[in-house]
Amino acid sequence: MSTMTREETEALIAEVLEVYPDKAKKDRTKHLAANDVSVEQSKKCITSNRKSLPGVMTIRGCAYAGSKGVVWGPIKDMIHISHGPVGCGQYSRAGRRNYYVGTTGVDTFGTMNFTSDFQEKDIVFGGDKKLAKLIEEIEQLFPLHKGISVQSECPIGLIGDDIESVSKKAAAAIDKPVVPVRCEGFRGVSQSLGHHIANDAIRDWVLDKRDGQPYESTPYDVAIIGDYNIGGDAWATRILLEEMGLRVVAQWSGDGTLAEMMNTPKVKLNLLHCYRSMNYISRHMEEKYGIPYLEYNFFGPTKIIESCRKIAAFFDDTVKEKTEAMIARYQVMMDEIIAKYKPRLQGKKVMLYVGGLRPRHVIGAYEDLGMEVIGTGYEFAHNDDYDRTIKEMGDATLLYDDVTGFELEEFVKRLKPDMVGSGIKEKYIFQKMGIPLRQMHSWDYSGPYHGYDGFAIFARDMDIALSNPTFKNLTPPWKKVAEEEVKKAA
Amino acid sequence: MANIMIQQGAGGGLVFYLPKRDLEASIESIEFDTPEKWGGELKLDNGGTYYIDPIAKPPRLPISLRAKRLGAAED
Repeated sequence: MSTMTREETEALIAEVLEVYPDKAKKDRTKHLAANDVSVEQSKKCITSNRKSLPGVMTIRGCAYAGSKGVVWGPIKDMIHISHGPVGCGQYSRAGRRNYYVGTTGVDTFGTMNFTSDFQEKDIVFGGDKKLAKLIEEIEQLFPLHKGISVQSECPIGLIGDDIESVSKKAAAAIDKPVVPVRCEGFRGVSQSLGHHIANDAIRDWVLDKRDGQPYESTPYDVAIIGDYNIGGDAWATRILLEEMGLRVVAQWSGDGTLAEMMNTPKVKLNLLHCYRSMNYISRHMEEKYGIPYLEYNFFGPTKIIESCRKIAAFFDDTVKEKTEAMIARYQVMMDEIIAKYKPRLQGKKVMLYVGGLRPRHVIGAYEDLGMEVIGTGYEFAHNDDYDRTIKEMGDATLLYDDVTGFELEEFVKRLKPDMVGSGIKEKYIFQKMGIPLRQMHSWDYSGPYHGYDGFAIFARDMDIALSNPTFKNLTPPWKKVAEEEVKKAA
Repeated sequence: MANIMIQQGAGGGLVFYLPKRDLEASIESIEFDTPEKWGGELKLDNGGTYYIDPIAKPPRLPISLRAKRLGAAED
């Protein structure tokens, strides 16, 4: 349970917001809340998916980031053209650590940046011709690619280029799918709309392309949806599912291929990890193909066991038996890890601020290590994410939506967690304050964190961060002030 | 008019989903719920009301439909 009472948490929020002008304060109050586990609907206590306030520092991305960076980017055998000026593609290139196997530049293209490099003349006269030429060149230089996606950057929407018609013509010419994605960065309030647009593009241009073709299926076919293979996460997940006796047909989209995606409508069950970015396509497949989807959580043994049993319940007894055998086999390893790390980590407090699924999914893993999550928040969640989060968090813990740089710093100063889990932009701010930070977007160049193998690495990494002697020698600014005052008083 | 999707909820009730706004809410009441006539006015737990033209009860959920908004949710 939280160490703070509801009144204290609410007082803290009010105090932090005190510096804002009235209008900003009114707006931001809606995005901050003390968790109330009795609330069924998150919208009663927290507002989400709203435009960020101008003038505050937010860490949100754009629709292009959500589509090219998150959903499409990891599909390894396709070439994703960043259509527009060079920066958007180049500065986000290969930053996400979604691992894949293959020879880059020959049959896989994950870490490469393809861009149409818009110049002034393309803005003035339109870039359609350039795009057509670019696709032609790609076909010549990289003949082993399986398809192309055109990821629009802002200017494409502003000048009104018709990328759909270029794509259709090019697809006919090269006899491979060419998918136009209208994910201009200005659409929506965050990357979340980019996920939606990307999902819709997959639905319209990819998903049904193999319908009716012969396919050798088994009753145990599943697809991993919404696992981007950060540091090998999807592989760690896949091992477990295969041990349960299931056949993983497709990985969406970490280490995934175009063919896998086209075969997904043949599976029996969709396993949905990142609800936020891929619930759209799962809902579509449920309606069109009657494939149910199941949200699962592979962080930490408690949640893994719970999820595996839930998945196994969809299948026959052989799967259930294999699942139980697997759980029992790994339990020994888990007990060892918990015995080793729990005494070192017991009672430590963590604050999280990430996106997608992690602010609620990793809570179980921290609890398995005896740690406590005292505050959590999403960059770009919607109400349905908070509905799910409320149940996972302790009563009266702090929830923050699209938190600003100032607020997060103030909350950390007041709540004094032992560790913060967030991204690279927050990392050095908090480390200079004397609080270790683990990047929960990229696993701080470590990973995987999913599955049993991942939990071993997760536990080790958390211990490395928390037991690092550096932080004992750093005096955070608020303590320094106190010391000086003590000296003055003396 | 907006495209909506009606799903079977985990708790047995119906769930309303509005993709355009990513709005998910459970349906508190449905005006007609018989095999021949299904639909009409939908009351949502977030306070919103929508109207779908009554149809024969769909054999399988989820189903995408066109709906008219009668009353907005309070947010």
